[in-house]
Amino acid sequence: MSKINFLKPDKSNLYTYLYLGSFLFFISISDVFLNSFFNVNLTGFLPNFLSFLLPLILGFIGLYFIRIEYSGINKLDLLNKHINTNNFNAILSLLIIFVIIKSIPPLLSWFVIDASFAGDSKDVCSGSGACWTYIKVWIRRFMYGMYPNAEQWRINLSFIALMLLGSVGYFATDRFKKYLTLYYVVIYPLIAFLFIFFFISGGPVFFDFSYGIIAAILSIIIGFFIPSKFKFYYFLIVPLALYIVLKYFLFFEEYIELGKLDGLNWVETGAWGGLSLTFIISFFCLIFCFPIGMAFALGRRSGFPLIRYISIGFIEFWRGVPLITVLFMSAVMFPMFLPADFFIDKLVRCIIAISLFEAAYVAEVIRGGLQALPRGQYEAAKSLGMGYWRMHIFVILPQALKLVIPGIANTFLALVKDTPLIFVVGLLEIVGMLNLAKTNPKWLGFAMEGYVFAAIIFWIICYAMSKYSYNLEQKYKTDR
Amino acid sequence: MNFKLKDIVPQLITVLAVVFIFGFFTYNAQINMENRGIDFGYGFLSQESSFDVQFSLIEYDGSHSYFRAYLVGLLNTILVSVIGIIIATILGVIVGVARLSPNYLINKFAAFYVEFFRNIPLLLQIFFWYFAALRALPLPQDAEAIFGVFFLTIKGLYVPAFIWQNLSIFLYSIVAAVLAIVIIRFHAKKVQENQGKQIPVFYISLGLLFILPLLSFFIGGVGLSFEVPVLKQLATTSFIYEGGVSLPPELIALTLSLSLYTATFIAECVRAGIQGVGKGQKEAAASIGLTPNQVLKLVIMPQALRIIIPPTTNQYLNLTKNSSLAAAIAYPDLVLVFAGTALMQTGKAIEIVSITMFTYLTLSISISILMNWYNKRIAIQEK
Repeated sequence: MSKINFLKPDKSNLYTYLYLGSFLFFISISDVFLNSFFNVNLTGFLPNFLSFLLPLILGFIGLYFIRIEYSGINKLDLLNKHINTNNFNAILSLLIIFVIIKSIPPLLSWFVIDASFAGDSKDVCSGSGACWTYIKVWIRRFMYGMYPNAEQWRINLSFIALMLLGSVGYFATDRFKKYLTLYYVVIYPLIAFLFIFFFISGGPVFFDFSYGIIAAILSIIIGFFIPSKFKFYYFLIVPLALYIVLKYFLFFEEYIELGKLDGLNWVETGAWGGLSLTFIISFFCLIFCFPIGMAFALGRRSGFPLIRYISIGFIEFWRGVPLITVLFMSAVMFPMFLPADFFIDKLVRCIIAISLFEAAYVAEVIRGGLQALPRGQYEAAKSLGMGYWRMHIFVILPQALKLVIPGIANTFLALVKDTPLIFVVGLLEIVGMLNLAKTNPKWLGFAMEGYVFAAIIFWIICYAMSKYSYNLEQKYKTDR
Repeated sequence: MNFKLKDIVPQLITVLAVVFIFGFFTYNAQINMENRGIDFGYGFLSQESSFDVQFSLIEYDGSHSYFRAYLVGLLNTILVSVIGIIIATILGVIVGVARLSPNYLINKFAAFYVEFFRNIPLLLQIFFWYFAALRALPLPQDAEAIFGVFFLTIKGLYVPAFIWQNLSIFLYSIVAAVLAIVIIRFHAKKVQENQGKQIPVFYISLGLLFILPLLSFFIGGVGLSFEVPVLKQLATTSFIYEGGVSLPPELIALTLSLSLYTATFIAECVRAGIQGVGKGQKEAAASIGLTPNQVLKLVIMPQALRIIIPPTTNQYLNLTKNSSLAAAIAYPDLVLVFAGTALMQTGKAIEIVSITMFTYLTLSISISILMNWYNKRIAIQEK
């Protein structure tokens, strides 16, 4: 048997080092483990300072002993490669393991063991843990804001309906696939509008608008039967004409009364709130900011200098200011710019402001995609005799948008994360509702639970979105 | 020049539309202001502001002008941004490098940090730190000293104040050290080009930066003493700390959340930058006999920085703009002091919101111009 040199572990005495090292490592881990889970201090007899550092020292020596290259034991090699490459890494790994072990018991006890779930008043929350009763009692407010309890089925029903309508794309057969873009870009947002304005709001807000929607839907349906040669002119003229005919010649006041959905109470937008408002705002801003952003991205790369400068000015202006000042502007400054008798709802103003703001970011992302395309693509399209719009719609944009999926997803994520800022104009989505609930005299002192709850919800939404965008990116990736 | 109708019409329509929208807005604004009896003008800036600000870097109280209130807000915004940028950069670089570590645990830990903090709205984080985490801190009388001189209480962090004697001499010594370092670098480059000898510039400059200010203490008569905060009883249950510098909890919550949030994005930039340098570069540098340190310093870093710096500056800009969320927790930044309190008092919505926006705009555009210039300078010169 060869001599054992403890300062230099080698392969000849592999098992000695391995057993000794694992033993020390195991002791150090179990010391921390017992200490944090059962409050037992194995090394309590030592001086305070030494007892504190001992697990680290023992673990370090243990890891040093088992750091033997090409030991022939697969698992040991894997372990060394992953957490134990050198002294520095060994210490960092140990520290991370200790932090994880140390932080599990307090977190577990706060979240689950000492937490209170039952009951419906503050009295049950006397323990040291979290008070999930608070969330349970306030959940309707966090989800729906000040929306009347009896009417909340309207929000649920609209969201479920919109979700089902949104998933149409998965079930569409090949025959209908070509209409999907049209469906998602034009029809689906319109249906969503209808739901929000007539079902969730339930009142005469923008009732006038319904003529426009009916005109648009009618003209699109008829549009399918129009020969493609006249389609452009058809869509230029017919929707507007239909709108005018509907509004001023066919429908009269009596019909408006009929269309008001008398069964539903009107809920003004000031009462909307909570997570549902987050969804509504994100949804509409998402829909609006994309086409606006695309238009400005094309404008910034346009050959016409005036259009280019206007686009640059627009993009740089919105990108240069914080969203909070934009919302300030929409709240206090924008009404000054409109005729005195012209009233725009607070929520609509908010959606316009956020959409314009995010559109500038979307524009920059799309511009990145447009610039990344090789010039050959443009030239090839032109050589086939395509005009500007044809070239962009059929050749350039499909490729450019594919390239910028991650960037767009990031912008949309930023949009969702920016929605809490609408507290500036007095609309309370989930974070705003939390701040309101926190100041309720009956429920003082549960700020932590509320914020953790909201953080978990937002984290799930954002993480799911980023994973989905990653999947999309993989799906549409083409080798160049 | 031959003008084509096809080229002019779209531009004309766009310009007309823009002019029409702006004209419509101005016209309405004029009518509205006439109706409400408000007159437009920036004269209010020199009027007495008559409101107080909790925390300001320059001397300020209600008797000063609105313009000074604006300066107070601006300085507070800059303060929080600068502290946030410094912390976020340090943290971001560490996490970004950690994400590339071969160590599985470190790698996953860094990834967890990034995924966790990036996916939670910044406003929620600010509220969490301010209303939940910092409220759990002890009262002033119960606070335990950290290292004997720092006191972290519910009313903020109290740190010792520096009291300098002959501060100017100390500053001059630092300037002298920097000048000397520049000269030495210049000289070293010349020596290397002419004779091929390398001078250890880094260690010399580090030494200079330490020794010259140190000398100023012994020779120049510079003195430095600390004023440690001391607990003082105001009433039976009310205590405060006197002396030292106090950082309000709003500032702490804001810098903490801003830097933790922005660090995740910076970490991703750093990671992308280092990964963006081809493996062949590293191997080629090693094969011509450079040491690992030289590979990092002369080959990897210059190329990685080219990828890292532009998006990172963008993140700095975002941090500065995000610092306007301070208004939510009543940290007196530009938005709260000027677009909040001053606007409420004067009612001059258009003037104040436009000044605020213009300030942020100037800040971002000047940085983007700087960035574009830098980008052009370091871009690879392709033939």
